[in-house]
Amino acid sequence: MTETRELICINCPLGCGLTVTIKDGEVEKVQGNTCPKGEAYGKKEVTNPTRIVTSTVRVTGGALPVVSVKTASDIPKEKIMDCARVLKEIEVQAPVSIGDVVLEDVCGTGVPMIATKNVPAV
Amino acid sequence: MKNTYDLIIIGGGPAGLAAGIQAKKAGVENLIILERDHELGGILNQCIHNGFGLHTFKEELTGPEYAQRYIDQAKELSIPYKLNTMVLDISMEGREKVVTVMNREDGLVFLHAKAVILAMGCRERPRGALNIPGYRPAGIYTAGTAQRLVNMEGYMPGREVVILGSGDIGLIMARRMTLEGAKVKVVAELMPYSGGLQRNIVQCLEDFQIPLKLSHTVVDIQGRERVSGVTLAEVDENRKPIPGTEEFYSCDTLLLSCGLIPENELSSKLGAQLSPVTSGPVVNESLETGVEGVFACGNVLHVHDLVDFVSEEAGRAGIHAAEYIRNWNKDQENKEREQVIQIQTEGGIRYSVPHMIRPNHMEDTVTLRFRVGQVFKDVYVSVYRGEERILHKKKKKLAPGEMEQLVLKKTDLTSAEGFDKIVMKVEEA
Repeated sequence: MTETRELICINCPLGCGLTVTIKDGEVEKVQGNTCPKGEAYGKKEVTNPTRIVTSTVRVTGGALPVVSVKTASDIPKEKIMDCARVLKEIEVQAPVSIGDVVLEDVCGTGVPMIATKNVPAV
Repeated sequence: MKNTYDLIIIGGGPAGLAAGIQAKKAGVENLIILERDHELGGILNQCIHNGFGLHTFKEELTGPEYAQRYIDQAKELSIPYKLNTMVLDISMEGREKVVTVMNREDGLVFLHAKAVILAMGCRERPRGALNIPGYRPAGIYTAGTAQRLVNMEGYMPGREVVILGSGDIGLIMARRMTLEGAKVKVVAELMPYSGGLQRNIVQCLEDFQIPLKLSHTVVDIQGRERVSGVTLAEVDENRKPIPGTEEFYSCDTLLLSCGLIPENELSSKLGAQLSPVTSGPVVNESLETGVEGVFACGNVLHVHDLVDFVSEEAGRAGIHAAEYIRNWNKDQENKEREQVIQIQTEGGIRYSVPHMIRPNHMEDTVTLRFRVGQVFKDVYVSVYRGEERILHKKKKKLAPGEMEQLVLKKTDLTSAEGFDKIVMKVEEA
């Protein structure tokens, strides 16, 4: 059985329109992409969609009350809200530097959550 | 604080930082960046989502990470900067610029400079500029204000949210508020198309099943003390609400993402001519405003979608300011007789930056950045000099929400002798 899905690539602001052809549950081809990233996105989006999650966690003793964070790499899309809930419980001590790990393993994905801003201690 | 500089840069966001870095690299030693916030980085500090730097660094960074790369460079180059410092006025004293500055340490001071780079960024269009009927309860924020509250100050502006306007900040905030536990009920957009990037519609709205209602607007805001709900209605092709299409949404918060306006109070008081289309200064190929030695770059010049282009543009402004300072003592050329080619835009193109080119001052190429007024598919963007077409470039898709660019070569203009304008337009394939 062959089905096609129309997607918009989210890799960059070009936002290429992709047509992904799926045959017997396997991706047969990706069309409409203008770079290799688009093809990879098309395949992944119909089999195992993932996203980088960005948010904030609380900081104590810092110049700001929160520090921005991101998943070090993309995590399964269905884990986004779980990830957001876990971050609510986290509090880190200033100073915080870009790249500091604030959580080792986000919801069993094996992906760490890292700080994306320097927050000096006050 | 010293009182005399070669170059004063107003604003320490992405534009001011890139301008400062390139000016310093081009030999300007006596310069300073003035920033009104308590840290450098500008608006990037609150843009914690990723997607910045794909062009510049070939990787996807968050706003604060992108900013930090430029802050680090500025610090490596020992570029002086002053925080918590507000510029109140710029005026001319002969060819010299006098910048009136205020901060807690120095009080009110007058700084003198040969050149000034305007890098003040832009502001959001507030409720007062939108003509939305209804009461004025608490709970109405611009999307960027809410973004700062959530991402930098750690406050949650509300629990049940309606967003008016589908610009990128509105879309990003729809996702952000959802991740923080709010319920975003709907995003309403007056126009029949979104003002934001497609990728943001996918990853900020569709990922979270947030509906986007195109051709819809807010026709009433309910609530006395705090917003208790808003009424949306569909609009016709003249953007007038269609009676009978009203729909009530209960909510405690309304976020407005209805466009950005370059912040040019200082520029207009100085006498720099502003473009009615961009609300930014009219500039030449060197990004110099109508006031000699005053340059503009970034969102104060015209609102950009991508910070990468802001950095690139601002770097050019820094280089041109350095050149201006180098030539400070040279005999002033006879400006009256200098050839100036105006860039006229028509046929779907709303504006171009720069607005004019002086061929004698042009480098080998100049990048023309422009926006269109409607969606076009499979068309050409052409540049004409009289009857002759000097540039013809195919574009698969043009959309109002996406800034485009064309690179014009100096050789394209060589036979422009005697011409005082070139015309840029969209043509059907």
